[in-house]
Amino acid sequence: MVVPLYHILAFAGLLFTIGVVGVLFRRNAIIVFMSVEIMLNAVNLAFVAFSRYHGNVNGQVFVFFIMTLAAAEVAVGLAIIVSLFRNLRTSDISEIRLMKH
Amino acid sequence: MAETLYLITLFPLLGFLINGLAGRWLSEKQSGYIASLAVLGSFLVSAQLLLAFLALPAEERLLTQTLFSWIPVGDLNIQVGYRFDPLSAVMALVVSGVGLLIHIYSIGYMQGDPGVRRYFSFLNLFTFMMLNLVLADNLVLMFLGWEGVGLCSYLLIGFWFEDEAKARAGMKAFIVNRIGDAGFIVALILLYHQFGTLSISEIAQAAPGAQIGRGFFTATTLLMFLGAVGKSAQIPLYVWLPDAMAGPTPVSALIHAATMVTAGVYLIARNSVLFSLAPATMSIVAVIGIITAFFAATIAITQNDIKKVLAYSTISQLGYMFTAVGVGAFSAGIFHLMTHAFFKGLLFLGAGSVIHGLKGEQDLRSMGGLKEQLPTTHWTMLVGVMAIAGIPGLSGFFSKDEILWAAFSRHEGFSWLWLAGIVTAGITAFYMFRLFFRTFYGKAAWQEAGYQPHESPSVMTIPLVLLAFLSILGGYVGIPAALGGVNQFHHFLEPVLAVYPGVGAAAVQHPSQGLELLLMGVSTVVVLGGIYYAYRVYVQQPTLADDLAQRMGLLHRLSFNKYFVDEAYHLLIVRPFQALAEGLWKWFDIQVVDGAVNGSGHAIARISGAIRRIQSGLIQHYASIILLGVIFILIYLYID
Repeated sequence: MVVPLYHILAFAGLLFTIGVVGVLFRRNAIIVFMSVEIMLNAVNLAFVAFSRYHGNVNGQVFVFFIMTLAAAEVAVGLAIIVSLFRNLRTSDISEIRLMKH
Repeated sequence: MAETLYLITLFPLLGFLINGLAGRWLSEKQSGYIASLAVLGSFLVSAQLLLAFLALPAEERLLTQTLFSWIPVGDLNIQVGYRFDPLSAVMALVVSGVGLLIHIYSIGYMQGDPGVRRYFSFLNLFTFMMLNLVLADNLVLMFLGWEGVGLCSYLLIGFWFEDEAKARAGMKAFIVNRIGDAGFIVALILLYHQFGTLSISEIAQAAPGAQIGRGFFTATTLLMFLGAVGKSAQIPLYVWLPDAMAGPTPVSALIHAATMVTAGVYLIARNSVLFSLAPATMSIVAVIGIITAFFAATIAITQNDIKKVLAYSTISQLGYMFTAVGVGAFSAGIFHLMTHAFFKGLLFLGAGSVIHGLKGEQDLRSMGGLKEQLPTTHWTMLVGVMAIAGIPGLSGFFSKDEILWAAFSRHEGFSWLWLAGIVTAGITAFYMFRLFFRTFYGKAAWQEAGYQPHESPSVMTIPLVLLAFLSILGGYVGIPAALGGVNQFHHFLEPVLAVYPGVGAAAVQHPSQGLELLLMGVSTVVVLGGIYYAYRVYVQQPTLADDLAQRMGLLHRLSFNKYFVDEAYHLLIVRPFQALAEGLWKWFDIQVVDGAVNGSGHAIARISGAIRRIQSGLIQHYASIILLGVIFILIYLYID
């Protein structure tokens, strides 16, 4: 049985929306960060789906690149969060307002 | 031959750049040598071209060189181009020749002054600008030179700018000149509007046949004359020149006697075709010239500052030149311009030598009896005062009598010009010998003041001697027919000057020689009378001077206070103008201009105060706004 393309795309869209909502409304920096990862993986899923659908391997190559990038980004992002916590004693981003006018 | 023309102006420009940019690495002497060599270069090139000219027939004496296109705008194409013809040849030689002697003299005079490199760079810049003025083949380049010499005049009058009075004198010269220059600019615009060109020769060619009313020529030439009045210190704009004596004395000699102030006369001679088409302007030029000559001479009688006497005498002599060009005797005006450059340059340098010997003293009352201490200065200045007074055989005699004769032979009721001219000649002889006697003869007042006068070094006296020779010999190029000469100077200039119908030039060509000789005799008698009177008053009976001053009472006070012209200008023009400026400052500038500027500043501050509230610092706000943006873009693309 082949799962139809639009099922997968709808699932990817759902995942992406969950990620967006998480980024926009959660306060814990780590959760926000995880939400970003969910968005990335939603995109990955869409890539793989299209790759299968079109019989073109390029999409899967993209996915590998994105995963590599995401790994690097996690390293940097976590470092930022740790350093923020060290300096401000909080990981609640609604309290971190250093860029306020 | 023409390709060396640009060298005449290039040398002083290089001198200016070297002294101006690299002056700090030069010694005082090197600076002076470089400046003098630059002017020597110009002089040699001009002299070589002039000699080449003399070998050519009269109609071929014209060299032109176009260097580059300067202002190409639409139909207007102003080029940097030089024109070397008999008139500019004479001017270039006077400027570079007399200028060279004054540069050399300056090496001695300015020795030890901390600003000597600045001085020489300005002097070279002046020479560059003046040569541009006389060599320009279009009126815009000429105007560049015209403004350039004005700038250098300002810079050099205020050379010792630590002294506020001197800095102010520089500003006064600059501002008074500006009035005249405005007239010059308007004249240029009118000419371009009418002829579509600003080339001097093209205008001169087009003007006589053009279907234009007399009014146009009268207006244009009057505006040009306004420029000349400012630059050449004629009534009513002469007031800057006496104050200009605040500058170093060689500057007074070069700029305010020999060259720059004669630019107005040159301007009229250069555009003689235009002026000949405007008889009304010509009459005004002649009348203003003779009034200035007389008026300035009467002031010079009572002044006590040696340089002020010479300044008023310069104004007076410039008045003679304007009288000459005003009656149509253009070549006589240029002739007097040349001889005046020699003897007035000499007189100023002589005065500078006296001032140098007395450590800066300029007051005639502190001099006297300096004949023994300053022997070379004494006899060279004697030549100078004799030349300016018009003793027969010296240069001033020939040029002045040519002017007087031209004024006399001018019909239509202008012979009174001659009468006024001859009276002025008598006054001139009197006040010049007054200066001479009070400096070198009589009681040695400097002893009381504790001065120890000494003769100047040879670097200063050699230029004096050379100028003395020029003052004697300079007239022999223009011996009138009445004295058995052929007036070569007149014939040399003839091809480039207009013939003013019926008078001046034409009359000089066909003189009734007996009458001319008679007039020369009259003027010689008047001059000798003036000299004798000066001798009586200032050498034989020194107390007579004060008696005379007492008896003349009101007249003496008027002359001594320069007819209160400066005061009148101050009251009638300067004060109202200052009041107007202050009013505009307090109302318009502070209320309107500052209000608008500060108001817009406040408005922006208030608006940004409102807008900055969207900068919450919350990363999630920013992310939401980005998301909204993305959604809008997607909607836009979808609709599209």
